Amino acid sequence: MKDSLSLLARIPAHPDSRCWFLAWDPSGTLLASCGGDRSIRVWGKEGSGWVCKSVLGEGHQRTIRKVAWSPCGSYLASASFDATTCIWKKSQDEFECVTTLEGHENEVKSVSWAPSGSLLATCSRDKSVWVWEVDEEDEYECVSVLNAHTQDVKHVVWHPNQELLASASYDDTVKLYREEEDDWVCCATLEGHESTVWSLAFDQSGERLASCSDDKTVRIWHQYKPGNEEGMVCSSADPSWKCICTLSGFHTRTIYDVAWCRLTGALATACGDDAIRIFEEEPLSSPQQPTFALTAHMPRAHSQDVNCVAWNPKEPGLLASCSDDGELAFWKYQRPEVC
Amino acid sequence: MVGPAPGGGSPLENANPLIYRRSGERPVTAREEDDELPDSIDDREIFDLIRSINDPEHPLTLEELNVVEQVRVKVNDAESTVVVEFTPTIPHCSMATLIGLSIKVKLIRSLPERFKVDVHITPGTHASEHAVNKQLADKERVAAALENSHLLEVVNQCLSARS
Repeated sequence: MKDSLSLLARIPAHPDSRCWFLAWDPSGTLLASCGGDRSIRVWGKEGSGWVCKSVLGEGHQRTIRKVAWSPCGSYLASASFDATTCIWKKSQDEFECVTTLEGHENEVKSVSWAPSGSLLATCSRDKSVWVWEVDEEDEYECVSVLNAHTQDVKHVVWHPNQELLASASYDDTVKLYREEEDDWVCCATLEGHESTVWSLAFDQSGERLASCSDDKTVRIWHQYKPGNEEGMVCSSADPSWKCICTLSGFHTRTIYDVAWCRLTGALATACGDDAIRIFEEEPLSSPQQPTFALTAHMPRAHSQDVNCVAWNPKEPGLLASCSDDGELAFWKYQRPEVC
Repeated sequence: MVGPAPGGGSPLENANPLIYRRSGERPVTAREEDDELPDSIDDREIFDLIRSINDPEHPLTLEELNVVEQVRVKVNDAESTVVVEFTPTIPHCSMATLIGLSIKVKLIRSLPERFKVDVHITPGTHASEHAVNKQLADKERVAAALENSHLLEVVNQCLSARS
């Protein structure tokens, strides 16, 4: 396990502030970071180092909590505590704010694009999840306001290849939504976490969902479709999601983020104990009851809470992380030969 | 994040609180005066940071109301952790979140950034103990609350030195 994770670079990305979140563009060449300084920075590689290519200021009045690239890579969406979501259009290295989405009553906590690029989801402390439709003229229309959660909604993420949306909340649950006759409906509630669920990540196939929580655990949920071979009963026509693995005893404080590498299957976590951890599924474990081994543990990865981990979508093993200390770090992960 | 603002002419929730004697000044030892020796942060030092915080309702400090006590402060300098329990004067005190937030802000502002600061209600002393503790532990909600200028002003009043 030793040396399986090594530091490549460390950058004071948002000095004297928090760095809250990171997002790789679909080509894996640009990384967007956002933070308490109300700015978004876009980083790119020059030679062997990472440099700031653009600074997107002026869009928001308060902390920028999360950013998300559109699947085409031409747009960046930013969610802010100022209750708005900005849509930035990219041309060369320049970004222009083309639309501001308003409607949430207070802090917008997360934003995510559907794989088609024609739908966007946002969520807020106002307990709601909004689904927005995007047309060819860059017009955004809210098509649904989902009030399934009873508390602050912390994160939204789309399934990698279906129009299925997942949200995580301060009410300790995860909810899933799908479209039904021109509206969106909650089709599943995943209960099990004992405190706030902070983040979610689908695996490459979309059959599994990882959730991380203030209860210091990561849970892995598996989708069972009606009539599944495993004989798992589904109560309706919707697939049923069951927790097939709980990673407990590894983290000592709140887990703020989880990222599932679509290339290697490695699962990374960002924790309030300043550490980054990486887990891999044991090759011989049963797919219905998998066990995951801790394959990398970097204590003091940052000098304060780690808020986000993000795998590069093209380069296997390249991981970015950011922290309350305002720093952004790049890591190289190599699977140890003996797990 | 918190209930109604203090003051404003509404009747006090706890009109006649018990008032406790303030502790004396910390005696300074010869070892502490020696600049050559490392000085770790101890419970009393943390307590000294929070005991003079003003109660949002009464012209008294949290120490005088026994909301904070040195025995409910636990610091581990080597592990960089601080845990503070505070005791609202009455179990339905609507100011509990604001008091906890003031303690948390005071410690975050005063201590080196390496410290993890956890502030909880003394178990069994408040009707909404779990809900208040969960809010205080949620750094995203705390960060958003501190961007609210009105709330920040109220917190700063609790933290300001009384003349």
